[in-house]
Amino acid sequence: MTDSERAAGSERASGPSASDADDIAIELRGIVKRFPGVVANDDIELIVRRRHIHAIVGENGAGKSTLMKILYGSLKPDEGTIIVDGTQRSFNSPRDAIAAGIGMVFQHFMLADNLAVWENVVLGLPGRLDIGRSKARIEELSARYGLDVDPDALIADLGVGQRQRVEILKVLYRGARILILDEPTAVLVPQEVDELFDSLRELTREGVTVLFISHKLDEVLAVADEITVIRAGRTIAQVKPADVTARQLAELMVGSELPTPATSEKTVTDVVELDLANVTVAGAGRNALESVSIRVRRGEVVGIAGVEGNGQTELIGVVLGTVPTTGGSVVINGHDMTHVGTRARRERGLGYIPEDRQYDGLLLTQPLWENEILGHQTQSPNVRGPWIDRRGARKRTAQIVHDYDVRTPSIDVEAHALSGGNQQKFIVGREMLAEPQLLLAAHPTRGIDVGAQAAVWDHIKEARRRGLGVLLVSADLEELIGLSDTLLVILRGEIVARLDPAKVTPTDLGSYMTGARAGTAA
Amino acid sequence: MRRRILWGLAAPASALVFTVVVASIALWVSGNSPATTFRLMWTSSDSARNVVAILNRSIAYYIAGLAVALGFKMGLFNIGADGQYRLGIVIAAAAGAEMSLPAVFHVAAIMIVAVAVAMAWAAIPALLKVTRGVNEVISTIMLNAVATGISAYLLSNYFRVQAAQITQTKPLSRSAWIPPLNRFIRLFGYHFPKNVYLNGFLVGAIAAGAIYYLLVYRSRFGFDLRASGINPFAARSSGVSPRAMVVKTMLISGAFAGLIGIAPLLGDIQYHQYSDTFPTGLAFTGIALALIGRNHPVGVGLAALLWSFLEVSTQVLSLNNIPQEISQILQGAMVVGVVVSYEVVRRRQLVAVAKEASQRASAPAAVVPA
Repeated sequence: MTDSERAAGSERASGPSASDADDIAIELRGIVKRFPGVVANDDIELIVRRRHIHAIVGENGAGKSTLMKILYGSLKPDEGTIIVDGTQRSFNSPRDAIAAGIGMVFQHFMLADNLAVWENVVLGLPGRLDIGRSKARIEELSARYGLDVDPDALIADLGVGQRQRVEILKVLYRGARILILDEPTAVLVPQEVDELFDSLRELTREGVTVLFISHKLDEVLAVADEITVIRAGRTIAQVKPADVTARQLAELMVGSELPTPATSEKTVTDVVELDLANVTVAGAGRNALESVSIRVRRGEVVGIAGVEGNGQTELIGVVLGTVPTTGGSVVINGHDMTHVGTRARRERGLGYIPEDRQYDGLLLTQPLWENEILGHQTQSPNVRGPWIDRRGARKRTAQIVHDYDVRTPSIDVEAHALSGGNQQKFIVGREMLAEPQLLLAAHPTRGIDVGAQAAVWDHIKEARRRGLGVLLVSADLEELIGLSDTLLVILRGEIVARLDPAKVTPTDLGSYMTGARAGTAA
Repeated sequence: MRRRILWGLAAPASALVFTVVVASIALWVSGNSPATTFRLMWTSSDSARNVVAILNRSIAYYIAGLAVALGFKMGLFNIGADGQYRLGIVIAAAAGAEMSLPAVFHVAAIMIVAVAVAMAWAAIPALLKVTRGVNEVISTIMLNAVATGISAYLLSNYFRVQAAQITQTKPLSRSAWIPPLNRFIRLFGYHFPKNVYLNGFLVGAIAAGAIYYLLVYRSRFGFDLRASGINPFAARSSGVSPRAMVVKTMLISGAFAGLIGIAPLLGDIQYHQYSDTFPTGLAFTGIALALIGRNHPVGVGLAALLWSFLEVSTQVLSLNNIPQEISQILQGAMVVGVVVSYEVVRRRQLVAVAKEASQRASAPAAVVPA
């Protein structure tokens, strides 16, 4: 820290008298919001102190995202007041929120890969552009907040952690004094998480207030100064991390005990259900998949760990039959399917839980019972000869809704009306009730709450006992370690490590995922 | 259930209001009385003659609407239906005149020729799209122009009856005529005035609507087709081959298009041969009808009737010094009104349904099944 910066910091600290009211950055009173498909925010009360890292935790679907959107101005609350820095505010757009000093860092980065850092920072700003001054300002901000960002670096050359810091810088550049980070650690490996937390602490030292949304309790306990728990759209408690354990926090979140994905007995057989041999897929520049060989046997869960964008999407496509291979073979259930279409593969008992349910898992404008047919158009009970069997499909849909606890008014409701978690449960139920022999599962519990997560894990374990083979791609390291019989690490399109899930820790796994460690640890 | 019906009625009702308001403004600005105009239109369609005229006109429109709607259902824009039916019907008219077959077979043979030619013509943009990635909107528009040229060339050089004053194909023999439905109507005790004939291909149009419904809404193929239109990525992951789907849909759309010209050619005593006066541009109207009818066979049917009503009932206006072009204003306003109001109503409904679902979801958690 330079002298001038220290002076700037102390100036802020000794600013207008630190009375209690002045110490509060954000105050929310009685926020109520109903938002299409998401659980309502129902009487949210929140007080965020200045220069604090304030964590908001809750199950997925508890209303965290809605709350953040309200704070960020992209949603208007139906009731309640928002007070920022002692002034009551009403945001009509994110622009208003930024004007009030609130900036949002989204989970998915919005950066142009082919532009430099400084170009991304100034992109979209109104007024005249002074390149020299912008760069100087970026350097100054970067130094003051310890973000370590080079304004001339190309985004494409940066790692995930650095990109995230660019996003933070973007928001600071626009004058934000209150940062909202939506699940910032979801895309990071453990080492990068530590770096992020260091940056956040530095930011608060410099007078910035951080609102941190997460459902990873260990992280929250490690970094937050204060924690607000949200359940079913209500604020349940506001606690200090020193006063609670992870377990107590989890119980506050769920209201019941915390499940674990751990698999007890081994059910792996010798029968190979999926055999990928030296599969190569072309990509822009280097190959997206390079000579990947994976075997999934009956009763086995093979987990694929990796930082997002290292070939997982292509791997899924190769098994599903939507991405053409440029080399190698795909054998499903003993049949060479390398050049066979998706339908034939699905008819052979391939179940599919997509990475992004809205992208290729649902027909959002269609009723649930029609969505039940999707992917199983040629199979009973959905068809009779060339005709759709409406009664059969509806019956199966009702069964999914019941068995998988899908919260919906009826099976005639269009899919978009369901919350993300309920859509996910519906998809899992659809695939599992079709009794697949091989399940291609990408993030099977993404976006669903802790209780339902346990139920999904139970369903997968149960099917595995009956001989289901599972290729599991997940970003949830606990899930990967807990469910998998074999754990493979994918990096830059290659399988770089084969690990024994019983012996590996999330931190170790993180090292393999970033390439810091390589090889086989059995 | 009742709420669903109410939601369903909200959009067309508001579209109708919009149409009437726009047309009223246009009339009022041009110094005419909206009330008088609408009364004249309504009373003119009171006669059996005009009712039959509306029905007859709507037959070809309806089938054109179905042809376009089928493409829309999977997100394909078959603007080429116009070229497809015109090329189909000119060749079918010429071929039919050379055939001598018993009645039913003669009609069937002509229909098969028209459908086959239209499908072949539709296959060109389909293949261009799946092999070379050519956008079907561009290629079908261009192929319409090509079809116009080819049919004019064929007609004037090969199909033309040399003796006739106007350019036309040989007249079809009686065995190729589809008889009017007058005798059938008479069974119910109705008698049409002299020279009023209800086109027999009305039956064909109704059958086409039923086939469309079964194919699109009840069959496995239709599910794949609709899924491809709603979310092509989800359809692909569910096992639909996008390329095959484009080809199949285009061919079936072309098959429907092939039937557009059948009602005037075989069912209308005014024609029974292809000439320069044969109706053109029917499939462009079909695009509007598919939009208004929301690609649903019943909706497109109502749209076709309404469209024909506007055209027939405004004919009387020029006798009363009211510009007949009000018909086009009404038709245009109707298309805009329908597109806008359906979108507005859809969004409202979405919010309402989501609210209901979220209320259900925020209810106390049920016990998680083991």
